[in-house]
Amino acid sequence: MAKVIVVTSGKGGVGKTTTSAAFAAGLALRGHKTVVIDFDVGLRNLDLVMGCERRVVFDFINVINGDANLNQALIKDKRHDNLFIFPTSQTRDKNALKREGVDRVMEELKQQFEYIICDSPAGIEHGAITALYFADSAVIVTNPEVSSVRDSDRIIGILASKSRRAERNEPPVDVHLLLTRYDPARVAKGEMLAVDDVKEILSIPLLGVIPESESVLRASNTGTPVVFDEDSPAGRAYVDAVARFLGEQREMRFVKPERRSFFRALFGRA
Amino acid sequence: MGFFRSLFPPKRSSASIAKERLKIVLAHERAGSRAPDFLPTLQKELLAVVGRYVEISEDMIRVTLGNAGDTSTLEINIEIEGAKPKTGSGPAFSAAV
Repeated sequence: MAKVIVVTSGKGGVGKTTTSAAFAAGLALRGHKTVVIDFDVGLRNLDLVMGCERRVVFDFINVINGDANLNQALIKDKRHDNLFIFPTSQTRDKNALKREGVDRVMEELKQQFEYIICDSPAGIEHGAITALYFADSAVIVTNPEVSSVRDSDRIIGILASKSRRAERNEPPVDVHLLLTRYDPARVAKGEMLAVDDVKEILSIPLLGVIPESESVLRASNTGTPVVFDEDSPAGRAYVDAVARFLGEQREMRFVKPERRSFFRALFGRA
Repeated sequence: MGFFRSLFPPKRSSASIAKERLKIVLAHERAGSRAPDFLPTLQKELLAVVGRYVEISEDMIRVTLGNAGDTSTLEINIEIEGAKPKTGSGPAFSAAV
């Protein structure tokens, strides 16, 4: 049975699209046929982060309106056979995402894919609510920072009351915390909320901690999901998070400050 | 030691301040999101009634809905320390408190 995963946060700029791209690619690398959908109608960006912006012909709204069929709109990733991108539209019509239409498209996707990743827009408006409505699982992307934690709490509440599972009195959406842009050195100095603090405040299970890393910007610059960069600490942390999502036990890495060697200290950061 | 400590009080880390502020604001917001719609009105009316006897401001009254085991509770906190009794009409202040 296909599983629908929403990547959401409430707050903008915390790493939802980066996470959606990395998570989808990570699941594909593990052998699961996966599609990642951009729900941010009017502000399309997943295509850029996935590096397929020049291959977009038809989009989500075209399929909802019946102007194109699903397979015309799906973009197959050039790096991995299991990975597909479903771009959104740049329309300014806010109500283009009709729930019945989205429902029909989701049902069709479930016939083809094992995992459907929904990249939510920021906020708690129509687009964000539609993105989380069909979810079986949710990845709550949170930065160790007060406004992000507060907005995550709000989104967790909305998942518990406004999702289809909630409306139908089914088992609740399975929520996971993903802490991104984590800087262990600043945490050690007491300048940043620690992973345990955020876990305690939000009281949902922790899926992973993604360290602040230069490789994330490099990945989006080149349109490559960061999991394809094997040297990147963030990429490796996402690979771990995907493994945990699939039920593996993995120790948390990158949560303690890196020890700097004498030579590194002398010659600056290598 | 005590002398030195008073000269250089240990500075609280900003992360621990962040944690405490979040805990307080989220406790409030979580309670608020489950609360029935009449709570704000109830709070306003209580304020008006109490205000007939004592001078009271909006931040001195707090109405919260809680849960303790199987029973739900409606907790009303009215802070009147430092509040001045209204002079003139109404029952005596001492009797009201």
